[in-house]
Amino acid sequence: MSTPLLEIAGVSKRFGANLANDDISLTLAKGEIVALLGENGAGKTTLMSILFGHYVPDAGTVSVDGAVLPPGKPRAAIRAGIGMVHQHFALAPNLTVLENIMTGTEPLWSLSARKGQARAKLAALSARFGLKVDPHARLGDLSVGEQQRVEILKALYNDARILVLDEPTAVLTRAEAEHLFATLKDMARQGLSLIFISHKLDEVMATADRIVVLRGGRKVAERRAAETSKAELAELMVGRTVVRPVREPATPGPVVLEAVGVTLRQSGVDRLKAVDFRLRAGEVLGIIGVSGNGQAELARLLCGTARPTSGDLLLFGKPVGEPGVAGLVEAGIGRVPEDRNKEGAIGDMAVWENAVLERLPRFSRHGLVARKAGMAFAQDIIARFDVRGGGPSTRIRLLSGGNMQKLILGRNLIDRPQILIAAQPARGLDEGAVAAVHERILEARRAGTAVLLISEDLEEVMALADRIQAITGGRLSPPIAAEAADTRTLGLMISGEWTAAKETAHAL
Amino acid sequence: MSTLFDILASAGLWAAVLRIATPLILGTLGALLSERAGVLHLGIEGIMTFGAMIGWLAVYHGADLWTGFLVAALAGAAFGLLHALLTVSLGLSQHVAGLGVTLFAASFAYYVFRMLVPVAGTPPTIVPFQPLDIPGLTAIPFFGPAFFAQTAPTYLAILLAIALGYLLKRTPLGLAIRMTGENPHAAEAQGINPVAVRYGAVIAGSALMGMAGAFLTLSAFNSFFPTMVQGRGWICIALVVFASWRPGRALLGALLFAFFDGVQLRLQPALNGIVPYQLFLMIPYLMSIVALAVMARRARVPQALMQPYRRGER
Repeated sequence: MSTPLLEIAGVSKRFGANLANDDISLTLAKGEIVALLGENGAGKTTLMSILFGHYVPDAGTVSVDGAVLPPGKPRAAIRAGIGMVHQHFALAPNLTVLENIMTGTEPLWSLSARKGQARAKLAALSARFGLKVDPHARLGDLSVGEQQRVEILKALYNDARILVLDEPTAVLTRAEAEHLFATLKDMARQGLSLIFISHKLDEVMATADRIVVLRGGRKVAERRAAETSKAELAELMVGRTVVRPVREPATPGPVVLEAVGVTLRQSGVDRLKAVDFRLRAGEVLGIIGVSGNGQAELARLLCGTARPTSGDLLLFGKPVGEPGVAGLVEAGIGRVPEDRNKEGAIGDMAVWENAVLERLPRFSRHGLVARKAGMAFAQDIIARFDVRGGGPSTRIRLLSGGNMQKLILGRNLIDRPQILIAAQPARGLDEGAVAAVHERILEARRAGTAVLLISEDLEEVMALADRIQAITGGRLSPPIAAEAADTRTLGLMISGEWTAAKETAHAL
Repeated sequence: MSTLFDILASAGLWAAVLRIATPLILGTLGALLSERAGVLHLGIEGIMTFGAMIGWLAVYHGADLWTGFLVAALAGAAFGLLHALLTVSLGLSQHVAGLGVTLFAASFAYYVFRMLVPVAGTPPTIVPFQPLDIPGLTAIPFFGPAFFAQTAPTYLAILLAIALGYLLKRTPLGLAIRMTGENPHAAEAQGINPVAVRYGAVIAGSALMGMAGAFLTLSAFNSFFPTMVQGRGWICIALVVFASWRPGRALLGALLFAFFDGVQLRLQPALNGIVPYQLFLMIPYLMSIVALAVMARRARVPQALMQPYRRGER
C-alpha cells in the first residue's frame, strides 16, 4: 500500500476533565471521500480543528505526504494543502467574494494586491468545479448555499488537495445539499481528497467511500460504504440500537385550531396565501416544505407574533382576536420555535430562568420572581424530560442542542397544552436526541394534544404525522393521509404539484 | 445675504477651513484605522490632549518642530499600546477602556505640564509652523492664499488620508485589517494573526491621534492649555461613522465640519446683537448630526467592531 496523502496518528486532546479525542488515527488517500460520522460531542470537530492547526493536540501527529505538520499552525496546514470549510463560515459579510478569498494569500507587506490575477484564478476554479459565483458581489448579499460555495472556493484557491467540510449540509436546503454532494464527488474524481463531518446517515452512505465512526472521543469503527448499512452505522454511532418511534393509529378528537383562507402580507408581499388547515385534538398535522416557503410566517402567526391580513383563525371554534404571545400561552398553546438558540432560549441565562420566562406571572410574587418555585419547576422538567448536562442553575448555552430542545419541549409539555406548535423540532440534533424528541411529541399526541409539526424532514413527518400538508410559495396544499404518503408523493407536493394528493384529501 | 457671500468669497475662510480640518483629519484617520480592525478607540480625546502637550513641550525645550510632531506620535503610540493591552489582550469593554485612556491621558498631560512648566500669567509660547510658500501656486490670486498657504502638517494630513485609503482598499495588509474587523476568526483561518493586526492598527491609529493633538500646539496655536482639544476627539469618532469607515469620506467629512465651523466664526460678528452667538456655535454640530442621520444609515459597520477576539471561541 502506498503512503496515504494524509495520516492522522494517535491524536489525543483533553479539555479539562473531558477527553475530546482519545488516540484517534485515520488515513486519507488521493481521490477518496471519507466521512467522519458521530453524534454531537463525539469529537469530530475537535479532531478537524487539530488537523487544521486551530488546536494543539496533547499527543499524536498529523502528516501530509509523510511529512509531519507543526502543531497549532493554520498557516502550515494551508501550505500543506489542507483546506477547511467551516460549519459557521469563516467569511466576512461586508467584503466582496474576491476579497474574502484573497485575504491572507499574498505577502502582507506588498504594495498592491494582484486582483486581476486573483480574479482569473478564481474564474478558472469556478469553471473547473462548477461552482458559479460572482467575484464582486458583497458576500452578505449571497444565499447560504452561495456562501458555502465561496468557502469551498477559498480553500481551493489556496491550492487545497485535502478538503475538510464540517457538517456541510447543516445549513443547506435539501436541493442545495444534493447539489453539493454531486460537486464533492466530482472533486474526488478530479483527484482531490475529502473528509466530511456528518451525523446524517443518508448523506454519509450516499457520498463517502469510507466511513470512520467516532463515539465519545474514540474511533469505534471504520467501514467501506459498500460493506455497511444505515442500521449498522446508527448502532455504531450511538452505541446502542436506536429506533425512532413511529405513531400508532388513533382517533382524533374535535378541531381545536382552524385556519380559513388566512393571508399574511408583509412589506408588500403575501407571505401566506389563503391558507386552510384544521388541527384536531390528539393528532399530528405535518406541514412539509423547503424552508423559506412561509413556514416561519405560519409559525409566527400561530405563536402570536404576527396577525393575519385577511381570513380567519379559529381557536377552539372562536375567532382569535388579538391575543398576543402571552394570551396564546395562557390559552394552552405550547411552542417550539425553529431556531432554539435565537428564539427558544437565552443562552447566558440559567436553565430555570429559561424554564419560567414564558410564564412569568405564575412565577412572580409581589413583583419579584419566585426563585424557589422556578427552580423546582425546572428541576421537575429536568427529571421528567431527561435533560442532561446540568442542573437548574447551569447556563443554558452549556447544554447540548438535544438537551436544550428537551428543556424547551419540557417547559411546554409539562402543563399538558391543548396545542403544540413545533417548528423543525429535531433540526441539527443527533440520532439519540431525535428519537427522544419524537417520543415526547408522540406522547403529547397520546395525551390528546393537537400537534402542528412544521418540518423539512420527510422521514420525520412520515413517522409522526397523521395527515400531511405541503407548503410552497406561501400556499398550503390540501391534506393527505399519512398512509397515502410516500417519499415520491411528498416530493411532488413540495414542488407544488399536489393534484395527485387532492383525491386522497376528498376521502378525509 | 451679502455677508454670507462675502464670507464665502474670502480666501481667509478657505484657508481657515483647511486649518481647522487638519487635526480632525488626522484624528479621524486614527480612529478609523483602529475601528477597521475592530477596536473602538475612545482614548482619542485624551491622546490628542497628551499629544498637544508633549509635542509643544519638546519644542519648548529646544527640539525642532518635526521632532515635536514625532514625539507626539510616539506618545500616542504608547497610549495605543495601553488601549490594545486592555481591549485586545484582556478583551475588556472597549468603551470603558477607551474612556479610561482618555481620562488618564488628559490628566497625565496636565500633570506633566504643571510639573515642568512654571505657572505664569500669560502661557509660554513657541514659534509654530509657518505657512509654506509653494512656488507657482501660492502666488495665484484667491486660490493661492485660500488653498496653498497652509503649514506642512496640513498637506501631510491630506496625503495620509489618501495613503490610508490606498492601504485599506488596495493592499494585502489593508485587506487583512478589514478582514480582522469583519471576522477575526475568518482572518485566522486564512493564516493571519488577528491579535497582531489589532495591536498594529490601534497603535498606528493612536500615533495619528497624537499627531492630531500636536497640530493644535505646533501649528494652529503656539501654546498649550489643558482644555484646548475641546471635544475634537469626539467629533472624530462621529466623523468615522459619517465616513462609513472610509478614509476618503473621512477627509470630506472633516472638511465639511471645518467649513461650517469657519463660516460660523465669520458670521458671528456680522449678525451679533440680533442672534445669540451660541446659536452659531451649534451650527457645525447640528450639521454633522443631520449629515450623520442621512449618511450613516447606509454605513456598513465593521461586523466585529467591539467584539474581543478569543482564539478557538465562536
